[in-house]
Amino acid sequence: MSLETYKPGSYPNLPPPAGTVGVYGWLKNNLFSSVSNSLLTILSVILLYYLIDSIIGWFFFDAVFDADSKIECRKINDGACWAVITRRVGQFVYGFYPEAERWRIDLTFYTMFFAFAPLLYPDLPKRKWLLWFSGIYPIFAFILINGGFFGLPKIEYSLFGGFMLTVILGVSGIVCSLPIGILLALGRQSKLTVVRTLSVCFIEFMRGVPLITLLFVASSMLNYFMPPGTNFSILVRVIIMFTFFSAAYIAEVIRGGIQAIPKGQYEAADALGLNYWQTTRFITLPQALKISIPGIVNTFIGLYKDTTLVVVIGLLDPLGIGRAALADTKWNGLSTETYLFVALFFFVSCFAMSRYSLWLENKLNTENK
Amino acid sequence: MTFVNNLWRNEKSREIIIQLLVLLSIGWFLSWLVANVDANFKALGKDISFEFLFIPAGYDINQYLIDYNNRDSHLRAGIVGLLNTGLVAFFGIILATVLGISVGIIRLSKNWLASKIAYWYVEFTRNVPILLQILLWHGIIINTLPHPKKAINIADVTFLSNRGFYIPKPLTENGIEFVYLFFIIAIIFSILFYKYCKKKQDLTGAQYPVFWINLSVIISLPLFAFFISGMPISLEIPALKGFNFRGGMHMSPELAALTFALGIYTAAFIAEIVRAGILAVDKGQREAAESIGLKPSKVMNLVILPQARRVIIPPLTSQYLNLTKNSSLAIAIGYMDLVATLGGISLNQTGREMETMVIVMLIYLSVSLSISALMNWYNNKAKLVGR
Repeated sequence: MSLETYKPGSYPNLPPPAGTVGVYGWLKNNLFSSVSNSLLTILSVILLYYLIDSIIGWFFFDAVFDADSKIECRKINDGACWAVITRRVGQFVYGFYPEAERWRIDLTFYTMFFAFAPLLYPDLPKRKWLLWFSGIYPIFAFILINGGFFGLPKIEYSLFGGFMLTVILGVSGIVCSLPIGILLALGRQSKLTVVRTLSVCFIEFMRGVPLITLLFVASSMLNYFMPPGTNFSILVRVIIMFTFFSAAYIAEVIRGGIQAIPKGQYEAADALGLNYWQTTRFITLPQALKISIPGIVNTFIGLYKDTTLVVVIGLLDPLGIGRAALADTKWNGLSTETYLFVALFFFVSCFAMSRYSLWLENKLNTENK
Repeated sequence: MTFVNNLWRNEKSREIIIQLLVLLSIGWFLSWLVANVDANFKALGKDISFEFLFIPAGYDINQYLIDYNNRDSHLRAGIVGLLNTGLVAFFGIILATVLGISVGIIRLSKNWLASKIAYWYVEFTRNVPILLQILLWHGIIINTLPHPKKAINIADVTFLSNRGFYIPKPLTENGIEFVYLFFIIAIIFSILFYKYCKKKQDLTGAQYPVFWINLSVIISLPLFAFFISGMPISLEIPALKGFNFRGGMHMSPELAALTFALGIYTAAFIAEIVRAGILAVDKGQREAAESIGLKPSKVMNLVILPQARRVIIPPLTSQYLNLTKNSSLAIAIGYMDLVATLGGISLNQTGREMETMVIVMLIYLSVSLSISALMNWYNNKAKLVGR
């Protein structure tokens, strides 16, 4: 300590004490602020070391990327045998869609970004024009993928598979379930007893049973409920079930949003003389949807992840393709590699969705911060 | 015409008209479905009957909590499956709760590294489908763990192999009742002691180390009884006989994979719930508690947690419910739960899709509806009383 004295008003600007700034200060504050904290840091470092040490080598350095069978893989090196993926990457992406027609899937996939961009990013230039494209996109995608028009050969649904099937199921489920979910949420809040009871019954039933039982219903029983002789594709039946299932969850999320709107909003709307649909359209929904964005996106992510369940009723989503590959005696026992690969795909897409929801939430947050 | 117009203009009568129309169209739709089912069943020569429940099931179940063999009825097979669902849900919920609360708290810790690890744990596990995780764990146990002959040996009593996990099994002998009795006495004592201390604290502010005293009582009393009654518990240690282990308690690879996957997956959601619950407590509460000089542990236990609990418990219960519903994915790895027995093999053998699915769905539905009813009751009880 210096004993220097200063005249009032002439204190020099001293630098902050060493140990509170810079790398050292950061380490001290964030990793070693107390004895227990230091212990936690050391434990974490040890955990990380073991994880990285055992995983990185297996994952990259000792891994084999091309071989004809598991035995050959093991001859080359003892790490992961990614050959099971690289040899079947086409199947993992397109299922059994004929190779000559795969450009149709690619085209649908790339144009999907143009269709979704104006919906996802409200500030996009020329948004009005792109919205027209978004409107016709479902028909466009159906014609391209399904075929049967304009000289495109028709492709059987049973050939659909891989990540393409995941995206088809996920996107159509998401697109169809939002409007139904909104209607159910409104129905549940309705003054009309009959409408309210019906909505509650539907929502509680869908939320109360596991999705897999609904898929069993779709695969084995739904035809009983149709007029004799109707036979519509399993893909459509599954999409219907996914839609109903996630619509029930979305309805609950949006109901939370509707209930969070202050009562004064409705009173103000009544005072303005708006009728029910005007109130809903201009007052209730814009606010309720904004509040419930995180919940809605979480439901979408859940639906997207749940598309893997179709493997249980025999559709060939990436998991189904993976299991088929594992059933091949050449690749028998490489389950970790196969499932990790599929897991990586889901992680990337779901993580992106949750990041988008965070971004949108911040953007729409008009409250004072 | 004006009469109709007036009916439509009047709010009351319009509501009635709309509801009648909805009711009629739904009724028409349902009767259409029923007529279709009827026509389809007639065409196939089927009927609806639940008699199949009482004929022998004829298939084996490798994991059962109550006695079962393939001559037992479908009904009993279903009950075995239901109990198996309960078993995996029980283990899964314990694992998920312990892991989830720890990760949630670590995520909020001031330690940068630990909180980042917790963050990435949450992101990785909750963004990967649960079915995939179940298959992954099952594959790891089946394909990478060694054969029973080379099983991973933990202290010569526990063995991990690709046929499952073997742990020592406690065998009870005469005199065990004595230990149970003392255990119950210890529990009753600790509840009474807890209540007494709480009352005392409310009245005078004096605090006792309730947790440690109760813990030592609960451990020492049964231990005392155990020794004076001549050590009536012995351990049956699994031993390698031929190609597999005999004796001890066996956790099949399916049960283990399902427990791990469900526990680890749900833990990520629970961690987020716990974190959100703690963050939801007003900052001023913590500051006030600190400013009156409470220790950090007291701040947590007396101020933060009681308030966070109100926010945490409802979504926590719905996660437990989700875990139970997700356990139906057991069918993918061949664990015989309710869906795999009654909704799987029984369905295929008897061809009674309608009946089996209705039973399975009703069981799940009644479980989740009763738990939501319980939650509504709790919410009303725990609601902040507005003044």
